[in-house]
Order: sequence, then C-alpha cells, then structure tokens
Amino acid sequence: MQSPAVKVGLSIAIATGLYGISFGALSVASGLDFWQTVALSFLLFSGGSQFAFIGVVSGGGTGIAAMSASALLGIRNGIYGMQMNALISPRNWRKLLAAQVTIDESTATASGQIDPGEQRAGFWTAGVGIFILWNLFTAVGALAGNALGDPKQWGLDGAAVAAFLALLWPRLKGKEPAAIAVVCGLATLLAVPFLPSGVPILVAAGVAGVIGWFSRQRLPAGMAPDIEPYDEPYSEHDCHHMVLPEDATASRGRGKNGPQERRPE
Amino acid sequence: MSLWFWIVVACVVSYATKLVGYLVPAKWMKNERMSRVAATLTIGLLASLTVVNAFSSGQQLAFDARFGALLAAAVALVLRAPFLVVVIAGAAAAALLRLAGWG
Repeated sequence: MQSPAVKVGLSIAIATGLYGISFGALSVASGLDFWQTVALSFLLFSGGSQFAFIGVVSGGGTGIAAMSASALLGIRNGIYGMQMNALISPRNWRKLLAAQVTIDESTATASGQIDPGEQRAGFWTAGVGIFILWNLFTAVGALAGNALGDPKQWGLDGAAVAAFLALLWPRLKGKEPAAIAVVCGLATLLAVPFLPSGVPILVAAGVAGVIGWFSRQRLPAGMAPDIEPYDEPYSEHDCHHMVLPEDATASRGRGKNGPQERRPE
Repeated sequence: MSLWFWIVVACVVSYATKLVGYLVPAKWMKNERMSRVAATLTIGLLASLTVVNAFSSGQQLAFDARFGALLAAAVALVLRAPFLVVVIAGAAAAALLRLAGWG
C-alpha cells in the first residue's frame, strides 16, 4: 500500500460503492425487478445514467425515453475515455476493460496524479474497486428494497428526489452551471403538462445542448458526489481536464495540485 | 417493446460511448464544443430529473411530500453531508410528512 493513488482509489471505491445500496433500493421501487437492476449496474455501470433510467421509468416514462436520457447523460464518459486513452494508454484487450470502468470517479482519481504509473494505478484501483462494490451493494439494496413493501410509506420517492439533487449539486460550481440548471428545470415544469411522461426530460436535454453549443464559456464537467480525491477540489480545475493536453508529456508537467498554470488557449 | 429490450439497448449504448473515447484519434478531443455540450447536458438532465421526480405525477404537476424531501436534501447538501445521508434525509422527510398527513 505504498502507492498514494491506490489509497485514494480504494477510499473512493468504498464511498461510491456504498451508495449502490440507494440505487438498488430505488430501482426496485421504480418498478424494475431484481435482475434488471443488477443488469444495469453490471452492464451499464455509470451511476448518473442508471439513476436517470430508473427516474424516467418511475415517472411513468417509456423504455425508449429512459434509454435516451441515460444515453445522453453518458456522453461525458466518451470524453473521459479520450482523456484516459491519452493519459493511461491501455493496450489491446485492456482497452475493452478500461472502457467499462471509465466513469467520473476513475477519471478524477487518475487525472489528479502526476506520475504515469500512479495515474494508471489510480484509474484501475478506483475503476475496478467501484465496479465490484457498486455491483455488490446494488444487489443488497435491491433485496432490501423488495423486502420493504410500499415504497411511498418509506419515502423512497423522496429519496429519489434527494439522489438527483445530490448528483446535480457538485456540478453547480459557478454562475453558468446554476443558470443552466434553473433554465432546464423551468423548461421541464412547463413541458410536463403537455408532453407524455419522460419526454420533458428530453426537452430539457435539448435546451441544455443548445446552450452548450452556443455558449463560449469553459465549463467543468462536474464530478459525482463524494468525489474529492485530492486536497484541491477537483471541480476547480475540472474544465482543464476536459481539454486534452498537447501530448502526453504536457500532462506530466503538472504539479500535484493540478494544472495551476494556464494552458495555451 | 419490453423494458428488458430498452435496458439492453441502454447498456450497449453506454459501453459503446465509453469505448469510442478510446478508439477515436486524439485530435478529436480538440473540439471544445463537444466537451462543453457534454457538460451542459449532464447539468440540464440532472436538473430536469430532479424537477420531474419532485413535482410531477404522471402528466400533472404536483406539490406534495416530495417537496419536503427536496428541501431536506438541499439542507443536507449545504451541510456537506455524504451522498447516502442526503438520500436518507430525503426519504425521512417524505415519510414523516406523509405520516403527518400531507401528500
């Protein structure tokens, strides 16, 4: 346990894996069965997208609306994949494994390290560690949720609201993210009475996409909750990670606290 | 289409999205616009999902115990509570308000 990246990766794996319980319980409360819940954690494996899928289903939305919301929310994982490909460069079949565990947490853990060996260690420890614990605790949560009986009596619909707010919260650093959240929230409220369930969420995604397309400001992707692997909050230099370094060596010149120096625009 | 079908599609799309990142030429990343859209989409979708789960009941707007859950979660987040505590606070608020006879 000499490696600092392994330590960080393990502590993040435990914190994140644990809240698989809430996903499992909320998923069965929203109407999915045990195996559907387990399949989402094992195969889809991206917390935000999984919550989005069950969030649409529990509101009475169709399967295709749930799938669309989950797919749109997962686009950022593709961006993380490009960063991780440049940073940790997995070879051959390892690429296939690395792709599955490319999520907020593994990306944040790897990006916060300077040494290429540590970057790799952080990525794999966080990624694989979360994968194992997240699946384990999803199953525990699903079994517990099934045993609870009436979800409303236990306030599980309120738990879903809280979960979405908690996923959103760490991404609201700064004025622009907050403004986007308010605009998309209002668009949703306006659309709910006029469109079938699930579709208002896609309307909000459209609004957000248009804002992103025309906006000129750099935006941090924001990270999942409970993810502050290093002293300096990841969110503060998050937007720098969204831009690929000139080459692999550029990223190695960073200090431990992330890119203090401005990269050439 | 059954729910299983869309679950499988969602899983395939999720994995394909992640894998594409490892397969495209690095210079594609230079496209800042794409990164920005990915970021705004994440914020917009999560905000929308919060609102739908708090204020909609099918195709109708509703104001019930889930509003209490939203407030409780916000307080917990301001107090920097970890994710699970926030979720439990939301559940407790909704359950207690219902016990008290609201929503």
